[in-house]
Amino acid sequence: MAKMTLESLRKLRVEQKEAIERRDTGDKSIHIIVGMGTCGIAAGAKEALNVFLGEAYTRKMTNVVVKQTGCMGLCHAEPTVEVKMDGMPDTLYGKVDADVAKKIVEQHLLGGKLVNEHVFDYPARDIHKE
Amino acid sequence: MHASLADILSDLVQNSIEAGATFVQVELTEEDSQVFFRIQDNGCGMDEETLRRAEDPFWSDGKKHPGRRVGLGIPFLRQTAEQCEGQVEIHSVLGKGTEVKAQWPQNHLDAPPLGDIVLLWVLCLTFEGGYGMNIRRTRQGGQGTSQSYAIDRVEVSEALGGLDDAGALGLLREYITSLEEEIG
Repeated sequence: MAKMTLESLRKLRVEQKEAIERRDTGDKSIHIIVGMGTCGIAAGAKEALNVFLGEAYTRKMTNVVVKQTGCMGLCHAEPTVEVKMDGMPDTLYGKVDADVAKKIVEQHLLGGKLVNEHVFDYPARDIHKE
Repeated sequence: MHASLADILSDLVQNSIEAGATFVQVELTEEDSQVFFRIQDNGCGMDEETLRRAEDPFWSDGKKHPGRRVGLGIPFLRQTAEQCEGQVEIHSVLGKGTEVKAQWPQNHLDAPPLGDIVLLWVLCLTFEGGYGMNIRRTRQGGQGTSQSYAIDRVEVSEALGGLDDAGALGLLREYITSLEEEIG
């Protein structure tokens, strides 16, 4: 890959935004929040995050917002990922490795079906903030 | 312990953000088979007593997670440096900020691999909040000459019109990959 400059980055972003506007995906954004506390990092949360970024980018899912957060209080089930989108319940997934992340994209985000075997409940209230 | 140097760094940078820093300077240098990094922030800082206790894995200030008794970020760093005969220095002033410096021989048997540096910078740049960040990465090439690049969070954020959606982050990843290849 040739070295990119800030100018070429700016240009690519403008092109990308024009393509998004042409496709008119509406404003139904999907939020993917990955727990990146010490526990999440140690359990490999960055591999999951990398898959979400890569899948959303290559599939041109322009309405996807990928965010990091700290520990969500489910250290035993790391890496944990919360998915929020219209038409689906807010879902907390646990033990999300690269394969499970891919499955979440295909099954939950695109297929509208929960990945049941990885759904975890919220932890005790003293840790989880409403 | 963390599996790679990138994991250690992203954990420490997250500390800076959580300490309320509005500016974080991050440096990563590979030179003469040594790896060196430095993180300097203008966050809330720690007094001497707090800094001493932060080294204890069975201590946490309890603010983030009430009732929790462990805090592993700094101990993981210390453990990694010690196992490969490296060094860690932490300076902190309450109300002013914190500086963490570490160095170890990269070719030591127990030194962790660098990990995914591109993803590391993406992570560091995309924590929530309006903080500024400057990343400086230097690497010594085959002929002994050093090459480096710098990334400024305000500049890339402006070029991409924000660092929120997957489209912007995908482009950011490509941009950093190209910088990293250039010095590789």
